[in-house]
Amino acid sequence: PMIGFFGRSMARETGESGETKSTKVKKHKRRKSKKESKTRIVHANILYDLTKGGDNPNRHYANNKIKTTKYTLLSFLPKNLFEQFHRFANVYFVFIALLNFVPVVNAFQPELALAPVVFILSVTAIKDLWEDYRRHRSDKEINHMDCLVYSRNEKQYVEKYWKELRVGDFIRLRCNEILPADVLLLSSSDPDRLCHIETATLDGETNLKQRQVVRSFIDLDCEFDPFKYNSVIECEKPNNDLNRFRGYIIHRSGRRDGLYKDNLLLRGCTIRNTEEAVGIVIYAGHETKAMLNNNGPRYKRSKLERQMNVDVFWCVVILLVMCLFSAIGHGLWMFQYGDKRPVFDVLSPEGTDLSPVVSAIYLFLTMIIVFQVLIPISLFVSIEIVKICQVYFIHQDMELYDEETDSHLQCRALNITEDLGQMQYIFSDKTGTLTENKMVFRRCTVAGVEYSAVNQYKIEAPNLTVAPGAEPKPNGPAFCPNTLPSLFMYHSEKDITPDPQLMDKVNECSSQMEFMRFHSQPLNQIPPDLCDIFDFFIALTICNTVVVSSPNQPRQKVGRPTTRNYLLSSPSAESTLTKLNEEKRPEHDLQHAFSPTRPNFEKTKALAQDECELRYEAESPDEAALVYAARAYKCALVGRLPDQVTVELPHLGKLSFELLHTLGFDSTRKRMSVVVKHPLTEQITVYSKGADSVIMDLIRPGTDDCKGKRQRKILYKTQNYLNLYAADGLRTLCIAKKVLSKEEYASWLQHHLEAETAIQRREELLFESALRLETNLQLLGATGIEDRLQDGVPETIASLRKAGLQIWVLTGDKQETAINIAYACKLLDPEEEIITLNADSQEACAVLLENSLHYIQAKFLCNPRPDPQAARDYAGIHFSSPVCSPASSGHSSPFLVHRLGLVIDGRTLAYALDKSLEDDFLAVARSCRSVLCCRSTPLQKSMVVKLVRNKLKVMTLAIGDGANDVSMIQVADVGVGISGQEGMQAVMASDFALPRFRYLQKLLLVHGHWCYSRLANMILYFFYKNAMFVALIFWYQFYCGFSGSAMVDQWYLIFFNLMFSAFPQLITGTLDKDVSAETLQELPQLYMNGQNSEEYKPYMFWMNMIDAFYQSLICFFIPYFAYVDSDVDLFTWGTPITTLALFTILLHLGIETKTWTLMNWMSIGFSIALFFTVALCYNASCPTCFSPSNTYWIMQKLLGDPIFYLLCVVTPIAALLPRYI
Amino acid sequence: MKNEGKSAQRPDNTAFTQQRLPAWQPILSAGIVIPGFLIIGLAFIGIGIGLFLTSQTIQVQEMDYTGVEKDSPCFRCTIPSNLNCTCEVTFSLSTLFTGPVFFYYGLSNYYQNFRRYGVSKDYNQLTGDTRYFKSRSPEEDCSPYSYDSNNNPIVPCGAIANSIFNDTFELYQIINGTKKQVPLDGRGISWWTDYNIKYRNPSPVNGSLAKAFDGTVKPINWPRPAYELDLTDPNNNGFLNQDFLVWMRRAALPQFRKLYRRITDGDYAAGLPAGNYSLTVHYNYPVLSFDGRKKVVFSNVSWMGGKNNFLGLAYLVVGSLCVVMSVVMLVVYAKFKFSDDDDA
Repeated sequence: PMIGFFGRSMARETGESGETKSTKVKKHKRRKSKKESKTRIVHANILYDLTKGGDNPNRHYANNKIKTTKYTLLSFLPKNLFEQFHRFANVYFVFIALLNFVPVVNAFQPELALAPVVFILSVTAIKDLWEDYRRHRSDKEINHMDCLVYSRNEKQYVEKYWKELRVGDFIRLRCNEILPADVLLLSSSDPDRLCHIETATLDGETNLKQRQVVRSFIDLDCEFDPFKYNSVIECEKPNNDLNRFRGYIIHRSGRRDGLYKDNLLLRGCTIRNTEEAVGIVIYAGHETKAMLNNNGPRYKRSKLERQMNVDVFWCVVILLVMCLFSAIGHGLWMFQYGDKRPVFDVLSPEGTDLSPVVSAIYLFLTMIIVFQVLIPISLFVSIEIVKICQVYFIHQDMELYDEETDSHLQCRALNITEDLGQMQYIFSDKTGTLTENKMVFRRCTVAGVEYSAVNQYKIEAPNLTVAPGAEPKPNGPAFCPNTLPSLFMYHSEKDITPDPQLMDKVNECSSQMEFMRFHSQPLNQIPPDLCDIFDFFIALTICNTVVVSSPNQPRQKVGRPTTRNYLLSSPSAESTLTKLNEEKRPEHDLQHAFSPTRPNFEKTKALAQDECELRYEAESPDEAALVYAARAYKCALVGRLPDQVTVELPHLGKLSFELLHTLGFDSTRKRMSVVVKHPLTEQITVYSKGADSVIMDLIRPGTDDCKGKRQRKILYKTQNYLNLYAADGLRTLCIAKKVLSKEEYASWLQHHLEAETAIQRREELLFESALRLETNLQLLGATGIEDRLQDGVPETIASLRKAGLQIWVLTGDKQETAINIAYACKLLDPEEEIITLNADSQEACAVLLENSLHYIQAKFLCNPRPDPQAARDYAGIHFSSPVCSPASSGHSSPFLVHRLGLVIDGRTLAYALDKSLEDDFLAVARSCRSVLCCRSTPLQKSMVVKLVRNKLKVMTLAIGDGANDVSMIQVADVGVGISGQEGMQAVMASDFALPRFRYLQKLLLVHGHWCYSRLANMILYFFYKNAMFVALIFWYQFYCGFSGSAMVDQWYLIFFNLMFSAFPQLITGTLDKDVSAETLQELPQLYMNGQNSEEYKPYMFWMNMIDAFYQSLICFFIPYFAYVDSDVDLFTWGTPITTLALFTILLHLGIETKTWTLMNWMSIGFSIALFFTVALCYNASCPTCFSPSNTYWIMQKLLGDPIFYLLCVVTPIAALLPRYI
Repeated sequence: MKNEGKSAQRPDNTAFTQQRLPAWQPILSAGIVIPGFLIIGLAFIGIGIGLFLTSQTIQVQEMDYTGVEKDSPCFRCTIPSNLNCTCEVTFSLSTLFTGPVFFYYGLSNYYQNFRRYGVSKDYNQLTGDTRYFKSRSPEEDCSPYSYDSNNNPIVPCGAIANSIFNDTFELYQIINGTKKQVPLDGRGISWWTDYNIKYRNPSPVNGSLAKAFDGTVKPINWPRPAYELDLTDPNNNGFLNQDFLVWMRRAALPQFRKLYRRITDGDYAAGLPAGNYSLTVHYNYPVLSFDGRKKVVFSNVSWMGGKNNFLGLAYLVVGSLCVVMSVVMLVVYAKFKFSDDDDA
């Protein structure tokens, strides 16, 4: 698309129309009834006769027909024009074209003057039309997809088009079907009343998500009958939050049941693993969450473009000055004749005298038309084209292609390629960005004893399983026995060789338990060590949200019980509560609970064969790592249902834990918990897993002496081990448990249920509820997970740093881990001094910052006088100690960067980011070579980026892979997403998506540099070219009484930029390489060129302008003197000037071009050929047309004139002579 | 078993997509630049000398006859009241003025390139389309020279036609006190395309060109209507009058000359012999009001047109600059080279 002038309003393609539509709907409803303004009430459609429709309360909701097109046949022209005229440049050019229709000021044939504008407008319009047509086609396709809708008349499900679907319809969904709308799940063929969906189209995550039938419908044994449904659903207004859905369903009995996001199936998702599901449509069409989320491409304006706009503004000023000059000149010229009008002066059409002043005013407008070329109409189009080509080349780069994942770099933002060459600060996430984010369980400590598991990386072991989270494709490696060895990476997290000692203990523990179970002995006789080990592994196994599936049958859930009448099946918390109150349980139920669940018969067989092949799909790689680790210790997760987790243990066989609650992970609590009923002890047990800092604070050693002492000891030892782990760069997690008495549980449950059913503030209430539960925990142990560095990270960081980039790492990890990784990836240097900022309060933080600042100043701010002694020292100890010196990048930035590292933790960061301290913080941080922010929240990450960007006025790049980096990525000038393990959110939010961190090096150093230097040069060249051409006409004004006449024919004047001189610069702008890729990578220092905007400095614009004026002087006056006082006529003189201006401009480009490819030669040849062809055809076409100028047969005549050739040789050489020097 | 799905996204490994197109990187080493400049410089100097010498061979005889000075022969004609004034300018040639001799009239400070002047014409009329004689074509800009005070349409309309140069000249060689008229050839002095393609006379009505102009009036400044421009040659009338065509081709610069006649006939086919000449000027065209000058120019032409020293000089200057630069560069290069050698 064409860029606007000083600002551009890129239409948000689909989102906009969707939103406007929904707001329209909302408005409509608001008028209808005020009561509905806060919530949406959905009735079942079959209660009403749709044909009459009048009384259907759902009729005001948007239907499922989507229309993402912007135009209709009728509205296209006016609407498209209207949109295009939002761009200032277009308005300007149309204004000029229209000026031509005013007889007193016109300069060209009015129709011709319209040509460029019409050309530009129609190119854009055709592009818009084509895009819109494509949208229309895809809309139509989507609208005409089939789905099964329950029909009131036929009393069965009938096929209907998606567009006919309405809110309140019941639809039946089959396996692998795409959801047509946001549907509330009412029934599922799955005996657990689950429905699995894949949300890849929404968030890019390929792991299955479970959705659950609305609670009150779970107990339905028979098939769901729409006619029996008579409840009313009240829920939120349509909104775009994918992870939130609140509402309740009101049954006829008046009972209310809460509705959660787990009950909602979103449009665009695919049903998997579930044969059939029935639901009621809640939101349809443009009101679905998917559509509301559908925002168009991001628009960012690059630094270069901002700079360019300043110069466009200067061009306007120059234009006005030139016009004003001419107007005044004309006025004076008229004035000198006084009353005696010369014969060649033409009076006004009415025959009256034009006063000099009036003529001057008219002339001013005429000059604007004549000089319009100075504002480069084609510049904006050309830049777009060049950027698209640049994006294409970046896409195509083999070196940015990752074989392993078969993905290459994606440019999601098309218009900031050149910003890549101007970066100054890089903000990087650690996990998944610098590291693989493929977690490997390394060590653990249980009950204060440390066990280390040594991994074996079986590099070329033919393992048939695929990575968790990666969807096995048909024909994919999962089913191909000759799996490529490159897949080995994926296996590491499963190939855990268990520590034999711990293994023995696990075995011992289970055998004892089994023994006790058979002898009905209370379990508390087992020594606490073993008990802890047992609990530890149970916690690892069940305290997560891992989904189990078997690779042979993709997405096939394993361990599906067929019967549902055993005790622990009751899913509703309410019923659990009632059962808790039962004093005595039927014996057979208990036994049932201890026996392995009864899986489907065939499944059991499959299970037996593929037991080791179970795949775990986890939302975070840590979870998967832990589950795999537990499996290595023979404590395997074999099945997970929303209300039950099945674990297979040695000796004990399969144990089913009734899952009462899952308190999911959130970044504030930094932990997750599950509440289960322990099948062996019958106790309500809470297992918690979380960051060590938070879990350790929640541990309350028992009060009684013996136990408490032991626990304190464990706590102490574990803390030591945790520190050790962190020092090794391992990610640590603490595992804790808590046993609840029935009374405690009951009282907590009461509150929790209230929270769950609340519509308002539900999240907060649930959060508080979780906080209430997670107290007084008993520490079980801790785990250390290794996250290996990605390939080439240290090298990349080193080379980026050499390129003068400041690298900050913002991570959520704990300080020790972060520091270790930082050392590992050479972000911190062992010789570097590290300032660590850890403060407990605002004041402490202020003092710390103050001190560090003083320290830095005292230590590093050397006296400005050059000290020979220091210089000698500097040379000697350059690498051995921190020296006061501009480090490798120092001289380029306005402040000194010392060999210092700054480490700051999240809490301190929060204080430091306060308004009062942010300046101090920046002062400290910017004098450090590297900055490491640990334990930072997503919000803090973005605040840091924003702070640096706004305060230091530097170009920032944020790179990350996870959802927690999204805000940072969005804030930075350039956001880069790593398409790694943690879903696609970061990629979705990013401008560029990389498969690996190390590709950043080539992206920035090579492509960034090229894009920047190409575009900068092209823009400067554009300004030069236009100024040079326009100045020719300006000089002529001195010889035509400043009358606005031009010796260059109007055709050449208008098409010169658009056609004749357009192609070579596009080729050069796309292909030119000032430095080869190899050199750029070997000498990262060359990158500073772009950082300091050295290719395009403000003075360069003026240098180019001066050059343009000089060249135009030569190009004007050589022909002038060659032809003065001869019988040459206007255009016979003007055409050679045009020609040699073209030669000069092309030759100038030739000097600017550093690498000549065949394309360059061809484009230049083409340009010249085009000019002569057009000129010859135009000059031969029509003897009398093209008034007011008439250039019939002039080019033909010139080609026979030796003077023409002589001029064309000497002038460009003379004009460009200074360039060669 | 080949796995095709695996690398579906792999970019094409071609020289173009990988930006590895064979490229020529001009490295401006001294070895290329210095000889390059030298060669260009010498070539230019050569061309320059050639041009300059050619230009020198062209003979030019220029005479201003505006009559600004009181003692100039045409001074009396500058008085506006003096109509149909004739004056005589004499000159002598010391050598043979080799033919063919081109006879120009020249004007200076005359802005034929003035924008509003330039558009003031109607090509549709000038192609002889009588439909546009009375009703004006939409794009014409003839006003205020479109209708006369009685609202009769002017043909040809517009300021250019109206301001046609109307001084006429007769050239005499003075041999022994008697005047021998030098025949002036007015044929083919305009562009071939103008005479044959661009401009057409209206088709005569009943064999009379004048009838075709019925209902129109002559331009205000013209003494006679268009169909009576040349009373001596009936084929040189209307829009196809050579002087008219020459005038209509607007000059590029405010100082210009236009071809008036050629001297190709009779005794003067070989040129103007040495001797005294007298030019009789029928002085009609006022230029003093805008401080203009009128002149006549006799010139012969070479392959490069009329006399023009500038182009030759330009070549010489640019060529010399190139040579000088190459020498300077050589010196600098040598200096660095030797200092490098010293270092080594």
